[in-house]
Amino acid sequence: MSVKGAELELKSLPRVSARRRMADRTVQSLVYAAFVIAIIPLVSVLWMVVTRGMERLDLDFLTFSMNGLSSSDEGGGANHAIVGTLQQVGLTAVMAVPLGILTGVYLVEYGGNSRLARVITFFVDVMTGIPSIVAGLFILAFWLLALGFEYSGFAGALALAILMMPTVVRATEEMLKLVPNDLREASYALGVPRWRTICFVVLPTALTGIVTGVMLAVARVMGETAPLLLLVFITDAINSNPFEGPQGSLPTFIWYQAGDPNPQAIERAWAAALTLILIIMLLNLGARLLARLRKPVSR
Amino acid sequence: MAKRIEISGLHAYYGAVHAIEDISMTVEPRSVTAFIGPSGCGKSTFLRTLNRMHEVIPGARVEGKVMLDDEDLYGSDVDPVAVRRVVGMVFQRPNPFPTMSIYDNVAAGLKLNGVRRKSQLDEIVERSLKGANLWNEVKDRLSRPGAGLSGGQQQRLCIARAIAVQPQVLLMDEPCSALDPISTLAIEDLIAELKSQYTIVIVTHNMQQAARVSDRTAFFNIAGTGKPGKLIEIDDTSKIFTNPSEKATEDYITGRFG
Ligand SMILES: Nc1ncnc2c1ncn2[C@@H]1O[C@H](COP(=O)(O)OP(=O)(O)O)[C@@H](O)[C@H]1O
Ligand SMILES: [Mg+2]
Repeated sequence: MSVKGAELELKSLPRVSARRRMADRTVQSLVYAAFVIAIIPLVSVLWMVVTRGMERLDLDFLTFSMNGLSSSDEGGGANHAIVGTLQQVGLTAVMAVPLGILTGVYLVEYGGNSRLARVITFFVDVMTGIPSIVAGLFILAFWLLALGFEYSGFAGALALAILMMPTVVRATEEMLKLVPNDLREASYALGVPRWRTICFVVLPTALTGIVTGVMLAVARVMGETAPLLLLVFITDAINSNPFEGPQGSLPTFIWYQAGDPNPQAIERAWAAALTLILIIMLLNLGARLLARLRKPVSR
Repeated sequence: MAKRIEISGLHAYYGAVHAIEDISMTVEPRSVTAFIGPSGCGKSTFLRTLNRMHEVIPGARVEGKVMLDDEDLYGSDVDPVAVRRVVGMVFQRPNPFPTMSIYDNVAAGLKLNGVRRKSQLDEIVERSLKGANLWNEVKDRLSRPGAGLSGGQQQRLCIARAIAVQPQVLLMDEPCSALDPISTLAIEDLIAELKSQYTIVIVTHNMQQAARVSDRTAFFNIAGTGKPGKLIEIDDTSKIFTNPSEKATEDYITGRFG
């Protein structure tokens, strides 16, 4: 009866043609190949940095500076560079993150199609394309030469902030645009003013995305070398005041040590590279944890 | 606490587009008024002029008068934010705040307006959820995300959120059109209960629903695409569905055009 009918119907359905199956296989292998090719440099770089960095990455490396050591000496460490990098990037974030997020909020929530919003968007676009050395030269001309300040971690942070701001603006903008308009309207309909809607409904909804964007921006500026060489200079000693005098930093430390033919220096460069990667990873994890804490418990 | 709404000579525009034309009507307190009419005739637009949500859209503006008892909503010194606390709204698609728990969703309107006392919030959240017939289903999981509920529960959560700020009027724009029949019935029952306390206006595409839940029905129509929507007639629901004064209304409810 009906079972037979069903069988007949099934038989009469056309099979997937050999050509389509071939095409499927080919595209699938191409995608896999592309994936492998893309992952090879990533994995090999990581592998190199981890294996070679591990040789020198120990407590000494993290707690000692290079003060009084010459590049051919064994030992020494990057403490002065770690302190410098954390302070410089911290100052950078303190300046660039609020400014960037506020700019993004203005562009999406208030700017609309106004002339000011278009002008800001244009300049953010331009800033996104500024090479880091140019940002460094600008601060050099403005802060050091015109205003007469000396080398400092803060001067470097100014240049890094120029590089970081547009990334934060862009990330904030993109994430805020993803927040459905329904939610804003739901909040307005409760008699909640616009600014409170933005602070307590819109921004929390976009928070995870914004945090990810900010972390990418932090990771990007943490590896910048050129502006620091111009504005912070280098030193072998620990200088824990970012507002006065040259400071170390991990990128300049790596640059300096890697340029030295002594194997001890090369080892220190690898260990510093690994330290830099670890710091970025830790910051990333911390930020993600913070973002997760803000979500309602889901069980 | 429910209030009468008197609309006179109301026009609404989206930029240069004239969306609704010269609407005058009275919405009675403690009753349900249904808006019916073909798509695009301006029912949502009109509804949104009643709590000044229309002007949230860039370029949108309103002319005319909306009196809530003896206050003009469009008076020159009236704060639109304050209007929306008095005239609440439920939307077509359930839209609980995704980052907030069930509790926080209901408390949102109060918290965001500065109510902080826990005991007071607890009490209002419980009362609102009970008012929205949702309390029994969620009382053991108030701290779980509102977005984890079913569509019908989410819509009742949105109703609870709207009544938590204790409005005088509740506007509902096709509140059941995204819901299954069972959830729709639950919402309709709820509307019948809420009308003892609120002035309710509901837009619906469902003629049976209008007949079931409303006391008065307003029929809107549009002369053609690009023309502004108009109010054709408003009358007791039983009259509109059995013996409407206008030919267009009869054609619409008997399905002769749509
Ligand atoms: N945000 C908007 N911008 C411009 N025009 C709109 C907007 N929303 C609605 N309209 C127009 O206003 C008219 C009425 O729409 P609407 O009030 O949504 O009708 P209904 O709810 O009865 O289906 C339609 O012609 C629609 O195209
Ligand atoms: Mg509509």
